[in-house]
Amino acid sequence: MIDLSNVSKTFTLHNQGGAVIRVLSGVDLSVAAGECVALTGASGAGKSTLMRMIYGNYRAEAGAIRVGGIDLVQAEPREIIRIRRETLGYVSQFLRVVPRVPTLDVVAEPLRSVGVAQDEAQERAMSLLAKLNIPERLWTLSPTTFSGGEQQRVNIARGFAHPYPALLLDEPTASLDAANREVVLTLIEEAKARGAAIIGIFHDEATRARVCDREMDVTRFTPAHAA
Amino acid sequence: MTQSPEYNFAYLDEQTKRMIRRAILKGLAIPGYQVPFASREMPMPYGWGTGGVQVSAAVLTPDDRFKVIDQGADDTTNAVSIRSFFERTAGVATTTKTQDATVIQTRHRIPEAPLGEGQILVYQVPIPEPLRFLEPRESETRKMHSLEEYGLMHVKLYEDISRHGHIATSYAYPVKVEGRYVMDPSPIPKFDNPKLGDCPAIQLFGAGREQRIYALPPYTQVVSLDFEDHPFEASKADHPCGLCGAEDSYLDEVITDDQGGRMFVCSDTDYCEARQAAGHRGKDAA
Amino acid sequence: MTPLLSVQGITKRYGAHIGCADVSFDLYPGEVMGIVGESGSGKSTLLNCMAGHLRPDAGAVVFDTRAEGPRDTVTMSEPERRMLGRTDWAFVHQHARDGLRMGVSAGGNVGERLMAVGARHYGDIRGKAVDWLERVEIDAARVDDRPTTFSGGMQQRLQIARNLVTGPRLVFMDEPTGGLDVSVQARLLDLLRGLVRDMGLSAIIVTHDLAVVRLLADRLMVMKNGRVVEQGLTDQVLDDPQHGYTQLLVSSVLQV
Repeated sequence: MIDLSNVSKTFTLHNQGGAVIRVLSGVDLSVAAGECVALTGASGAGKSTLMRMIYGNYRAEAGAIRVGGIDLVQAEPREIIRIRRETLGYVSQFLRVVPRVPTLDVVAEPLRSVGVAQDEAQERAMSLLAKLNIPERLWTLSPTTFSGGEQQRVNIARGFAHPYPALLLDEPTASLDAANREVVLTLIEEAKARGAAIIGIFHDEATRARVCDREMDVTRFTPAHAA
Repeated sequence: MTQSPEYNFAYLDEQTKRMIRRAILKGLAIPGYQVPFASREMPMPYGWGTGGVQVSAAVLTPDDRFKVIDQGADDTTNAVSIRSFFERTAGVATTTKTQDATVIQTRHRIPEAPLGEGQILVYQVPIPEPLRFLEPRESETRKMHSLEEYGLMHVKLYEDISRHGHIATSYAYPVKVEGRYVMDPSPIPKFDNPKLGDCPAIQLFGAGREQRIYALPPYTQVVSLDFEDHPFEASKADHPCGLCGAEDSYLDEVITDDQGGRMFVCSDTDYCEARQAAGHRGKDAA
Repeated sequence: MTPLLSVQGITKRYGAHIGCADVSFDLYPGEVMGIVGESGSGKSTLLNCMAGHLRPDAGAVVFDTRAEGPRDTVTMSEPERRMLGRTDWAFVHQHARDGLRMGVSAGGNVGERLMAVGARHYGDIRGKAVDWLERVEIDAARVDDRPTTFSGGMQQRLQIARNLVTGPRLVFMDEPTGGLDVSVQARLLDLLRGLVRDMGLSAIIVTHDLAVVRLLADRLMVMKNGRVVEQGLTDQVLDDPQHGYTQLLVSSVLQV
């Protein structure tokens, strides 16, 4: 479902003397449907960078990143947008929304954009928010004023609203209490069961042990180690 | 009265009359289209009919019989002074009888008596551009005319209905000529609008300050703009004339005392007098 | 798939000064493209060339018309171009008063485009106007009020209603949220997002506000000195800018 071959990434800082920072090179990774792979490595090893590249948020310098058969490195913006809408979900660490939009609409939006009717989308959003223990009185408010933990759960609800065939999860359980972590892990297990290919960054060992089928240490692709 | 020898026939010099006639002919060839012309200074202020006077001057011949009306009346200052102007500068015969006149200059009315072939009706026009109040840029209104972009005209009528519940525009009611140009018929009451179309006489419109001439040749199709669910209605005061008893003429309301007394009389004085001479009497007739 | 709009080599000079130079891109149905750059970068010149308000010195703006397929709007006749301007195209001005008739009621403003394409039934026109006022969250009771009595945000929403009532396929927007309070901007952005999604609109949005393009635009084009220095997926250009100028632009935004 997700296939990376020989992917590399550098940042060129034009306004800082043209400094070139090599971040990753020669990344190969393949994740099948129903499989969950954890990215590991020390902080700064490039886990989040790699994940952002798979989402098309960062541009790969070389190599191919195929999601559902389409190479995101070469794809036109509208193809990337279509894949993000239909195929590839992403739960980032930060919630980015239009201010003043009610939480319910924020969560329902991914469904609305694939053509699900308003009522049905809202129903699905409600059940996810309830499952993630977001109090009902907050549903009609914008999540921009919520606490960090609440924002993260809204973000997760949004990421799981549409049954994407491929999912990227960036620290989805960080800063959650045990009860909510359990809900998220169940959501991940359910996604795997329906055949989603998942790549995740999980900070704690126990979570990885429970939902991940294997781990990939990103450190081995960072140029310092390769050299 | 005979022509005063100090003036060229009908005041204007021959070159100016040629220029105006060319504009008139172009206007007749393109009904409803506003033709620019080099309006001259006339011995009267703008707003007193300088456009109409120049058009009359250009079409008058020594054999014509000339009539002038101001809001239907032959005896108001404006009508009297323009009539005497042409008596003096052209020496033409004048009349107050609609049927006898060959050229009729008018301000804000169409005579009640039907016009015939061979007659010319000359309108005094203050603002020839029907789109002016909605689109002040002349460059833009000209483009709208040339491209037939007349949606804005209906916006004006829409505003009328939304504010008053019906189309409240009661004079200078816009018309479409031969399915092409939208035209301002000058500030005639909309009661007169139906007389614009299919008229045997030639109708010429002169705007002196604005330097525009436009025209309707005989038997031109003229349609008043409206909405399907708010059709055009030619309205008048719902009374008979107090003097002649006419039920079909456009009426002026006249205040007769300080106690709220009033009467309705024909605005067309010639029509009213002719009816009275034929023995018709209204309820207020002496 | 045929692009809805194909811009090919658009160049506009003001004497020796370059307005915009050799700009090309394809816009597909449903796509929203942002154009950013500082004042004088040529983004407004480009927008006006595309929308037919300015004649470019070189290049073509090919639009996929409903009746005849792709046509170059630069060389088509003026009546045809103006017809596009009130049917399939819409233009939202930065200042609502440039895009509204301030002396005409809200209903008349919305109804004008309908009447311009031949609507002649008052009741229908008014019904559509009321419907659109509600869609842009203006109280239907205000239908007979003039826009002079509206707040800035309401005027801008009215301008949007007036533009969208004939169901255009392409909307040009020039700084649509400029000059509005931040809270009003947010409401407008949310409204625009919803309309774009529900009507399947394509849009080109010129702005200097990177937050606006992040929320509205699928694609981004960065201009400097009349030329395109970088273009691509909006979040990619903003989060991983490749060109030195874009990096400077992105890093210059104040973080809140």
